[in-house]
Amino acid sequence: MSVPATPAPWTVGPVTRTDFVRYQGASGDMNPIHHDEEFARAAGFPTPFSVGMWQAGLLGTYATDWLGAENVRGFRVRFLEQVWPGDTLTCHGDVLREYEQDGERRVDVELTCRRQTGGTAVTVWSTFVVPDAAQSEQEATHVA
Amino acid sequence: MANPDAVGTRGAPFRMDVERGKIREFARATRSTNPGYLDAEQPVVPPTFLTTTFFWQSGEADPWPAVELDQRRGLHAEQEYTFFGPPPRAGTRLTCQSRISEIYTKQGRRGGELTFAVMITEFRDETGRLVAQGRLTGVETARPPAAESRAGEVTA
Repeated sequence: MSVPATPAPWTVGPVTRTDFVRYQGASGDMNPIHHDEEFARAAGFPTPFSVGMWQAGLLGTYATDWLGAENVRGFRVRFLEQVWPGDTLTCHGDVLREYEQDGERRVDVELTCRRQTGGTAVTVWSTFVVPDAAQSEQEATHVA
Repeated sequence: MANPDAVGTRGAPFRMDVERGKIREFARATRSTNPGYLDAEQPVVPPTFLTTTFFWQSGEADPWPAVELDQRRGLHAEQEYTFFGPPPRAGTRLTCQSRISEIYTKQGRRGGELTFAVMITEFRDETGRLVAQGRLTGVETARPPAAESRAGEVTA
């Protein structure tokens, strides 16, 4: 068993209000600041901005394509910069360490979602059980 | 200003049914095409799916209002999910309970005091086994953050 190679960075965007509101409907967080122009402007923002948890969810998608949906054991999100309509986001991952715990191989990874400005929107520290060879082959086939 | 007496406040237990269609909707909204979510008969939940407690937790099940963070200066600073085994699968009925675990202050880098509040939510399956834990950290800044540098979003 070994950790599958880090996938190429994944680019998403330009992101749209439709992306935000679709995520809002799926998650149940209907805060109007993410979809209502008048509400956002009244609160001092030029436009609605994305839900931080959407960017976190994109990193979840990137990480589970890499290491397997069933294998996630920890996912810690830190919200940094806001994401605006028209932004292009790039998801990227790095292996921090591999180790044994409770008789399982585990890997800690750091995931970042950056804006086109280079600013980091969201950072995630995540732990996965290392997938077995058969499973990682299936995931690799899927990603390809 | 946050109310430090909120530490220890517990919400009433609430139910959350993990559903295949909801997992599919969430996976697609986060641009996943992973067959582990879309094709499996009993898919596991995506890493941040348990945020959909929004649909299940309200009223006396939600202890967060006891923190009394100022909404105009309140932000979602961190969100963490821990899974004690594979994430829960579609078909699982979870029993969940939230509590306010910590409220503390820190000096901000650009001056002013930041107040942090942490809410822990435990997710148990039908046998009572702890299968996941959520940890929400909210922060109240000393003044309303500037639009361009504002982190995250206003917490519910």
